[in-house]
Amino acid sequence: MRYDIRLSIDYAYAAPSDHLRNLLRLLPAEIPGRQRVWTRRLTVTPTPEERRDLPDFFGNWMTSVAWHHPVAEAQFELSARVDRLAAPEPLDLSPPLHDLQAEITAEMTLSPAAPHHFLGASPRVTPCSEITAFARAACPRNATAASAVAAIGHALYHRMTFDAEATTVDTPMREAFVNRRGVCQDFTHVMIAALRGIGIPAGYVSGFLRTFPPPGEPRLEGADAMHAWVRAWAGREMGWIEYDPTNDQPAGEDYITVAVGRDYDDVAPVRGALRSAGGADTSQSVDVLPLED
Amino acid sequence: MTANPTPNLFEAYHLRPGVADELFDAAGEMRPVWRRFVDRFARLSPAEVTARFERADQYLRDAGVFFRHYSNEPLSERAWPLSHIPVILHEKEWDTICAGLTQRADLLEAVVADLYGPGKLVSDGHLPAELIAGSKQWLRPMVGATPRGGHYLHVIAFEIGRSPDGGWFVLGDRTNAPSGAGFALENRMATGRIFPERFPRAHIHRLAGYFGAFRAALEQVAQGSGGRERATAILTPGPSNDTYYEHTYIARYLGLPLLEGEDLLVQDAQAMVRTIEGPQPLGVLWRRIDATFADPVELDATSRIGTPGLVEAVRAGNLAMVNALGSGVLEMRAMLAFMPRICQVLTGGPLKLPNIATWWCGGGSERAYVRDNAEHMMIGSAYACDLPFDLGATTALGGAFRGSARASIAEWLEAEGNMLVGQEAVTLSTTPAWVDTGEGQHRIEPRPMTVRVFAARDANGRWIFMKGGYARIGRSGDTTALAMQRGGAVADVWVVGDRPVRQDTLLPRPSRGVRRASPGILPARAADNLFWLGRYVERTEDAIRLIRAYHLRLAATDNTEDARLRLLRHFLEGYGIDLKEPVPSALIDRLEAARACASKVRDRFSTDGWSALGDLAKTARQMHQTAQPGDDSARAMSVLLRKITGFSGLVHENMYRFSGWTFLSFGRALERADALSAVLATFADPGAPTGALDIAIEVGDSVITHQRRYRMERSRDTVVDLLALDGDNPRSLLFQVGRLRTLAADLPYAREKGRLAALSRAIVPVESLLSVASPDDITTERLIEMRGELADVSNLVSQRYLR
Repeated sequence: MRYDIRLSIDYAYAAPSDHLRNLLRLLPAEIPGRQRVWTRRLTVTPTPEERRDLPDFFGNWMTSVAWHHPVAEAQFELSARVDRLAAPEPLDLSPPLHDLQAEITAEMTLSPAAPHHFLGASPRVTPCSEITAFARAACPRNATAASAVAAIGHALYHRMTFDAEATTVDTPMREAFVNRRGVCQDFTHVMIAALRGIGIPAGYVSGFLRTFPPPGEPRLEGADAMHAWVRAWAGREMGWIEYDPTNDQPAGEDYITVAVGRDYDDVAPVRGALRSAGGADTSQSVDVLPLED
Repeated sequence: MTANPTPNLFEAYHLRPGVADELFDAAGEMRPVWRRFVDRFARLSPAEVTARFERADQYLRDAGVFFRHYSNEPLSERAWPLSHIPVILHEKEWDTICAGLTQRADLLEAVVADLYGPGKLVSDGHLPAELIAGSKQWLRPMVGATPRGGHYLHVIAFEIGRSPDGGWFVLGDRTNAPSGAGFALENRMATGRIFPERFPRAHIHRLAGYFGAFRAALEQVAQGSGGRERATAILTPGPSNDTYYEHTYIARYLGLPLLEGEDLLVQDAQAMVRTIEGPQPLGVLWRRIDATFADPVELDATSRIGTPGLVEAVRAGNLAMVNALGSGVLEMRAMLAFMPRICQVLTGGPLKLPNIATWWCGGGSERAYVRDNAEHMMIGSAYACDLPFDLGATTALGGAFRGSARASIAEWLEAEGNMLVGQEAVTLSTTPAWVDTGEGQHRIEPRPMTVRVFAARDANGRWIFMKGGYARIGRSGDTTALAMQRGGAVADVWVVGDRPVRQDTLLPRPSRGVRRASPGILPARAADNLFWLGRYVERTEDAIRLIRAYHLRLAATDNTEDARLRLLRHFLEGYGIDLKEPVPSALIDRLEAARACASKVRDRFSTDGWSALGDLAKTARQMHQTAQPGDDSARAMSVLLRKITGFSGLVHENMYRFSGWTFLSFGRALERADALSAVLATFADPGAPTGALDIAIEVGDSVITHQRRYRMERSRDTVVDLLALDGDNPRSLLFQVGRLRTLAADLPYAREKGRLAALSRAIVPVESLLSVASPDDITTERLIEMRGELADVSNLVSQRYLR
């Protein structure tokens, strides 16, 4: 499926400082065999004095921008045309859960795709006994790694309610879990914690979701802003698989990847530091339009 | 201890079986290296010993050496816990230790270079990927970045101990931002007060050579291969850090600017210092902040002490970090489990100096071993970066838990093995310590110790070692490492030769000329603090004079509704000062504000000045509790006034006339000019009550001058003439504004394109007016306008230099 993507993020700063630096992770990724980028253009307003694109550790594109004069408002606009290639539902080639650790240990590498990065605590996902207990309960006996991922995603979908008002970008994962409400970021973090809690390497995917569903199907949650879902390592043979707990489905043809990381902290669309206090107001709009071939 | 002429002081020095001792060897003979010291020490009477030790403590107090601790009370300072008796080691033994640590330093460099480079140690199975990936100190943004100058590590501290067999072993490596080198210097200064005699001093190796070589190396890396001049600086987390004192001390000692994150700015991948002369490029940062806090954009997003873009500057090779961001991964305890094997692999031989035996419990057989030998183990987090004796709450020692909910160690190891290490519960050696036995009595007892050894690269990249250092001394006689937890004392370490040693000092580097750039940098933030320090001190002084004027009159009239008293009350209320309190708390707030500014520039500020300010605040707080209205308060104010002018005198007489002094003086002159305008506008107003003119003269500290110049005549004209227009009166407006003009002319960019810059252009008209005006011209309205003009001057200084 081919998509035209438009994204606009606006920031208004309460107390502009002399210098402002932002690190943007907004450019859709080129993923051989799965996602192809025809065009991607990021417009930054006002024009920054410094701007460069560079890959991060996980291979995501970062756009580093800096202004050396006071900036009261900044706007980031992405326009991209991306193909999401259809893939058949993969066969479950993953090992039984109790054999997964041996396969992880056998991966003697720190390359970006290695499972080791995605097992321990990360800045926003720390081990949580309640969530681990939930994961154990949701996981069938003798499950394979891949079936465990689907089972836990499914259970989480039924446990938590999508609620855009319940949390903010900085709400701790555990709080969202206990209150059973949140947005895609919360669903994703909780599911990552759940998977790691039972030994499945899991990470965060940020990206876009098709805005309008095919005729006759319901509109998906999270389509009016950037979306987030989970990737999990299902053994050497099967590698990384993706699941969207907010919509209870594997991340298929409707999903366009921007960045992957351990959690939101690694892939935040806009990371920035403003020297002065005061904070910022932000708003976001997204359109992901499928083009008929 | 048979043939030893062991003096009485050492009577209680009982060795423990199975524990090595520094003073006595295994056969119970005193080690020859101690002999000279003990002979001398033994001749001292207990009273002399006490007097000498007190001299050292006094030195540390006077020098303001302190250790900050994190507690409920913010910024509480603790006296430096000096253990007065040094640890003495022979230079041959020291050299053997350093040879072993040189091998280890090279090994650590190889490991960190691999972990941020090819990753072969992991792919070849010598380090578990899981362990590295799980470390918070393995910083992914730094992977693939080669450091400026080629080295990741420039300075390392090793914590070593002596085992019962007499050999040395490493307890931990400090590679992230090792602290303590400055404290080692201070220990040395303090013990110099205890043992000032030529012997044993002539035989002790000096510490200065190490620092000289290290500074030269830093400047070499900063400069790189030609090009633009780049500064070297120290990056501190700021005054709330527990070792901030050390940062200020070492910055002063090395003559390097001490910066905080907000002093820096990154432009086009070049780190710059914001100075009063605009951004200046930096080549090296000796960072004393944890790497993860260095850059909120690419590292820990919650950091408030970092600088956005710093990682970019490092990646571009424009900035060297000492040590490289991410070097802290070497500090994790589990690393010690793999060092022996890595040494074999990389060097073909064993570690010359072993490290504490460590087992990572992620491996099945290691886990089983730790479980089966738990009673001889310290078990704790594999990722912890603190030393083995800094045991956390969830730690097991000798087979028993310390405050954990786990049922059994075996279960714990099974559940969390990959997060745990077991370390041999080592026994440390003992060394003499002067122990308080209560009621002022002391005796010398053996206490466990570890030694911190500092290594740095010289300008050729070779490892050099501080010849001496500091030892941590345990609080009790317990020789398990547990006794070394926080709360112990610190001793000087003497490395002693058989003959007198060459005496190095930290001389200026020979040849190459004197480069002024680094020490000359004045960060805008430091200038800002000095400017406000000047303002707050002056503002306090003005308030003290006004409060005194009030209480003097109150004592004389006893009528609180006296018109002069009402006017003074009203005037001071405008400044938030409530005269119902004899020593108003607002006054103390001003002093605290001055102290807060001073605390941020302690590297640029004399120790005497700092003590004087502290003393002033303390006195004011005491008086706040006790002073009574009237005469008593007037006297209290006189005491404070003497103290504050003492402080001003110290600053004025002793502070080097660098640009920081200019800002301090500018702040004072500006504040004084503003206060004079305000006082005249109120107390020399034609509508002011009788006696108000006397207040103006008194607050302007010009009583005598006024009498001499105008005899008994006193009118608005004489008062305005003396306090506003008389250029020879240092307490006049004209004098202060003239000072502002002179000081402004000394600042950078005082002239732009052949004409006066905006700051001077704002001052000159005020000065001209005052030079030609007659008292009639200086109306109350004009004075109020003048305050506005002075406020503009203040804003111009801030905009041009202080941001």
